[in-house]
Amino acid sequence: MSTFAAVVLFTGVVAYAVLGGADYGAGFWDLTAGGADRGRAPRHLLDQTLAPVWEANHVWLIFCLVMLWTAFPAAFAAIMTTLYIPLGLAALGIVARGSGFAFRKALVRTDQQRATGAAFASSSVITPFFLGTVAGGIASGRVPPGGNGDPLTSWVNPTSLLGGVLAVGVCAFVAAVFLTAEARRHARPDLESWFRRRARGCAVVTGTVALAGVWILRADAGHLFHGLLTRGLPLVLVSGACGLACLGLLRWAAPRTVQALAVTAAGTVVLGWGVAQYPYLLGTRLRIAEAAAPDPTLWALTIVAAAALMLVLPALGWLFLLHQRGDLDGA
Amino acid sequence: MGGAFLSSVSTTTVLAQDPAQLLPAREQMAFTLGFHIILVPFGVAFTFLMLIANARGIRRGDAEAMLLARRWSQVAAVLFAVGAVSGTVLSFELGLLWPRLMGAYGAAFGIPFAVEGLFFFLEAIFVSIYIYGWRRMRPWPHFWSGVPVVLSGIGGASSVVAANAWMNQPAGFALRDGEIVHVRPLQVIFNGAFWYEAVHMVLAAYMVAGFVVAGVYAAGMLRGRKDRYHRLGLVIPLTVAALATPLQIVVGDVAAREVYHNEPVKFAAIEALGTTGTHVPEVLGGSYADGQVHGGLSIPSGASILSGSSPSTRIQGLSEVPAPLRPDDRLVTIVHLGFDAMVGIGFALLALSLWYALAWWRRRDLPRSRWFLRATTVSGALSVVALEAGWVVTEVGRQPWTVVGHLLTRDAVTTSGNLWLFFGATVALYAAVGAATLYVLRTLRRRWQAGGGATGSDVPYGPSPARATATGRGQA
Repeated sequence: MSTFAAVVLFTGVVAYAVLGGADYGAGFWDLTAGGADRGRAPRHLLDQTLAPVWEANHVWLIFCLVMLWTAFPAAFAAIMTTLYIPLGLAALGIVARGSGFAFRKALVRTDQQRATGAAFASSSVITPFFLGTVAGGIASGRVPPGGNGDPLTSWVNPTSLLGGVLAVGVCAFVAAVFLTAEARRHARPDLESWFRRRARGCAVVTGTVALAGVWILRADAGHLFHGLLTRGLPLVLVSGACGLACLGLLRWAAPRTVQALAVTAAGTVVLGWGVAQYPYLLGTRLRIAEAAAPDPTLWALTIVAAAALMLVLPALGWLFLLHQRGDLDGA
Repeated sequence: MGGAFLSSVSTTTVLAQDPAQLLPAREQMAFTLGFHIILVPFGVAFTFLMLIANARGIRRGDAEAMLLARRWSQVAAVLFAVGAVSGTVLSFELGLLWPRLMGAYGAAFGIPFAVEGLFFFLEAIFVSIYIYGWRRMRPWPHFWSGVPVVLSGIGGASSVVAANAWMNQPAGFALRDGEIVHVRPLQVIFNGAFWYEAVHMVLAAYMVAGFVVAGVYAAGMLRGRKDRYHRLGLVIPLTVAALATPLQIVVGDVAAREVYHNEPVKFAAIEALGTTGTHVPEVLGGSYADGQVHGGLSIPSGASILSGSSPSTRIQGLSEVPAPLRPDDRLVTIVHLGFDAMVGIGFALLALSLWYALAWWRRRDLPRSRWFLRATTVSGALSVVALEAGWVVTEVGRQPWTVVGHLLTRDAVTTSGNLWLFFGATVALYAAVGAATLYVLRTLRRRWQAGGGATGSDVPYGPSPARATATGRGQA
């Protein structure tokens, strides 16, 4: 029962990492798109692409928080009392990001768009970085089950920094692939190659960081390293293969195929973390079964998750379908 | 919740000093919740107003109604975004500020939030379809895409209120050695305070959205823009608010009597009543110190009659509460004045609603007096004040408890970190976001005023651009 709850929770984490991650990554490209004139076209594309879906993608985070604090209250309290600095900064980043994006869309003057856009774009990079450091802190076992761990070294450490950088890189990669496909849908070959170049560059950088990360993990988070090379190995290999295939096919394959490859590459990285860490909730400590809420609570969550499966997934599918058909481009 | 039980808890906790984090944590929670709650009515009830205008636009070919719906949905896009992110902060804060609440009671307290998550998901999905579907979707499918927003808005607000109601009247769990060992999820959600708190909040959302939007158009009419567009922009929301207001008065009365029966300490704070007795007067205004009210207007036996329909109704005073668990005088005054403000504004809004109803009933028209427009203009701000005051009553009125009878606020708060820094950063960011929100809304209004009537890009329900040639999947 508790393992099932952990699976549901982690499904939410993967969904948020991929869908929310693509949103954050779009913000990364917004930040690096250059001055107002040069960056106008790519910004316009990512603006159009992001607007109807970012809030729905963002709800996965709420889903994760709620699942965590209800199903595993002690783990939630331990994480929050230890990693409060990066989590607090991420929360503020989420505010700056969401409101900055909505404001920019409603405003028309260039200077105002620049200011609100800067808030959106810079917090789009900062927030996933902090969330990545949180993941690294948890994965490397720096959150004591009783909470109140070291407020600094719990997230300023090699694994956390790797997590932060990887989060930003993976987000940017997925977003660049999606936007390449989106540019093709809008028949904008110039933007298509603009994003394709960035997807490639980003893949090379992120891939290199991931490879270097293997050594970092070996030195800093032995349990995670061991798990990744045993149980998690298939996932790691799938991730690497999908990333490479995505790069190779970026120009030729159907957009849907490369998007699926990018999503798989990103999703399996996160999944690998979960599988490597099993059966522990906090790195090498606190078994899932020990931390779980009483069964009736887990049943209630199961019913909610089942309802979500029946109601939210079709609705989400309809949203993405309408979006892909170009039916959602008029506010 | 018996007195004996309260005192048993008190002996174990009175000796502890308040943690340094208590004050900033409470300030921060109050500030961010107070900010977020203003946006809630626009997520919950504004869509309903839009759908009325939208349906009227489609059914009667009413271009002005359609334009209103279209523009309201642009406003909603901004407000919903700010509401969504400020709501997310509250989720973080439950852990960052109150980890010992979540750690000990998450297994029960978390359940209503899980249900809320489901509704919020649906709301976020359909609000996007509705807001961005104006140009390309067919009229009625587009209209219907907004209906789940209204329903999930009500469901989501009720779920969050269920969690709050549970803090006031905790139910559905069993403790052993301070740890939750059994949970009855339905009892947690449908706790004793659920129904009246949830209905009270949903009606409040409809009142706030209605009066605020009506107030915007009333202000426009006062400046001479008395065209049909402005009249419609006033009539639709004001009708909704005017229908909700009398219902709210009744529900509020029920809620107050429920509080009298089930949360006697909060009720004593509301009445600022020091000593238990019968023939308790209803004191309007004043401040509470040393066991009694100073100043204010006293209505003989008023409180007794209102709570038990008889002057001999006995009301428990604050002196019955063991001293360490008694809310301090300052808090009592805040709760008392908050309640007076909420009820006073409620009745003022009821008078406005009746005025409007009377004129409509007699002449099928708005009251002619400019004072009506002036009153409607300020009704928006007043309804927001009442909403805030209501939350002050229920939240401050629960102190010193976080979970009544089980967990004191000082025991729920985090013990790590300097929260003043976090609080300062939050205030600065929220001030910027709040100011920018107002600025953006003003900019939209100016742009619309300059544009006059419907412009090219405002024409809804056009053909889809590339249905046949679409090859890409929507970016996620």
